[in-house]
Amino acid sequence: MDPIRVLTANIDKPNSMSIDVYLDGGGYKAAETALKMKPEEVTQIVKDSEMRGRGGAGFPTGMKWSFVPKNAPKPTWLLCNADESEPGTFKDRLLMEKDPHLLIEGMLISGYAIGSNPMSYIYIRGEFHYGAMVLEKALEEAREKGYLGKNILGSGFDFDITVARGAGAYICGEETGLIESVEGHRGQPRVKPPFPAVIGVFGGPTVVNNVETLACVPLIINNGAEWFKSFGTPKNTGPKLYCVSGCVKKPGVYEFPMGINLKELIYDHCGGILGDRKLKAVIPGGASAPMLTPDEIDLPLNFDAVAKAGSMLGSAGIIVLDDSVCIVDAVWRLSKFFAHESCGQCTPCREGTNWLESVLDRIERGEGRKQDADLLLDMSDNIGGKSLCALGDAAIGPVISSVKKFRAEYLHHIEHKSCLPETVRYRRLDVAVGAH
Amino acid sequence: MADLRPDNPYAPDRFPDRSKSVEFPPEAKKKFDYILTRYPNKEACLLPALHLAQETWGWISPETVLYVGTLLDLSPATVFGVVTFYNMYNQKPVGKYHLQVCTNLSCMVRRAYDIYDHLCDKLDVHPGATTKDGLYTVAEVECLGSCGTAPVVQVNNDYHENMDLQKMDALLAELK
Repeated sequence: MDPIRVLTANIDKPNSMSIDVYLDGGGYKAAETALKMKPEEVTQIVKDSEMRGRGGAGFPTGMKWSFVPKNAPKPTWLLCNADESEPGTFKDRLLMEKDPHLLIEGMLISGYAIGSNPMSYIYIRGEFHYGAMVLEKALEEAREKGYLGKNILGSGFDFDITVARGAGAYICGEETGLIESVEGHRGQPRVKPPFPAVIGVFGGPTVVNNVETLACVPLIINNGAEWFKSFGTPKNTGPKLYCVSGCVKKPGVYEFPMGINLKELIYDHCGGILGDRKLKAVIPGGASAPMLTPDEIDLPLNFDAVAKAGSMLGSAGIIVLDDSVCIVDAVWRLSKFFAHESCGQCTPCREGTNWLESVLDRIERGEGRKQDADLLLDMSDNIGGKSLCALGDAAIGPVISSVKKFRAEYLHHIEHKSCLPETVRYRRLDVAVGAH
Repeated sequence: MADLRPDNPYAPDRFPDRSKSVEFPPEAKKKFDYILTRYPNKEACLLPALHLAQETWGWISPETVLYVGTLLDLSPATVFGVVTFYNMYNQKPVGKYHLQVCTNLSCMVRRAYDIYDHLCDKLDVHPGATTKDGLYTVAEVECLGSCGTAPVVQVNNDYHENMDLQKMDALLAELK
């Protein structure tokens, strides 16, 4: 399969973030088309395209929009999830920094389709300072040209966007955590139901969409649902950005029709494994996705095929690990991340993630006990499905899959009190716990 | 106002000194007034207001917590709860250059811990601490969303990508 340039069509143009370059490339045509249609017609086109949300869960976007009740007593809100904090994911940053107007146009159309009130927010993670600046400038340009503000293009539709910066909490990428954060609270997820489509931010119906999802919307309006479906396979349609990182020769963001073969992506397009070492494991969808072994990677990267293989496509953040990486150390690092990012609301997740981290650390240090591999599985069982949001389930993904698929390596650590001989030390173990 | 045990990493250095008055300078006040127009209620302005406070003073002091609370009609406890929830709000003063090394998996397998250890050794600081001259703070942070160009070091607001020890040393030489 050859790489395509659909979502990323503009990013190599000089000064691609300016509105003039975007307009030269046919920008804001989709908005002009959409604002002449009825909102329901716009939603129907997106439904027909069978686009599934690019943020991780893969929920059909058109259906999400249609859940918003008509004539709700409170105003409807559109939120763009630009929190992009899943380790291994860096596609939204590229879109926002290089082609901010594509996102703004997508939000304008989506806001029109769901009947959004005149204000909406891009919730961008606090660390993306540059991205936030680019967006602010782009918003200013769009306001000057009349694509944001009152009575846009004579349609009578009022719409504006504010950049809301996060402040370094992974959990605010979770839909209801994000909503809490926009409201100015600690980003602790809410109980569902009620779902955000009914009661979301500021008490009104709310749609939360990922950056890449919203960026697809103008393309669908311009080219039609059939064109969008010509990429990929039924139920897994459209162009998709894949982020490849870790032990590959050419890491980066790659665009393909949904469903590029994972093996082909790693070996043909990313140049293979760093230093031509042996592949050991692949995480196909960001830190929370269960690991795949080398004999499992001959599969198309779409939502259904990866789920069938026992993992998930998630945000398509592919982390490649070669045989120099100690699996216990890698999983420890991910567990440390989840322990740090657990919001502390639900006991199984708050306590469990910390226990996972410390048991993995003691195995890595050669202090593991005989029953530790099973202990990890048992603890995971006490976290999974027992918390309000998916962070607990995310935390156990890499743990369970690695214990099941690399049990021999765990047992080696426990028996020989050391890592496998071919692995390399990526961190010093002589510093105190907690110092790292 | 808060737990002041020395081993509590979230404890502020001290209680707010109510005799000290803190106030946004006119420029920041203008920005604050603009923020108020962008959100439907005052509470929602808390995160942007804290960002603004940190831009202004470099960190969120106990006095700032009180001040921001007064501006937004929120109790100090509410503001403090938000400040401690989010990583990016500095609860202690940081150095002129805040060196934040991402060590999450994609960066780790590209040798981020070497850079991190090197920084701590070379600048002779404990992780999270500031050098005596007040120039540098070294911290380990979680994924910065730049895994394709790992390892990444964020210095204040700027990302430095594809780092290695030589580049780090060269960068340090520039940061004076």
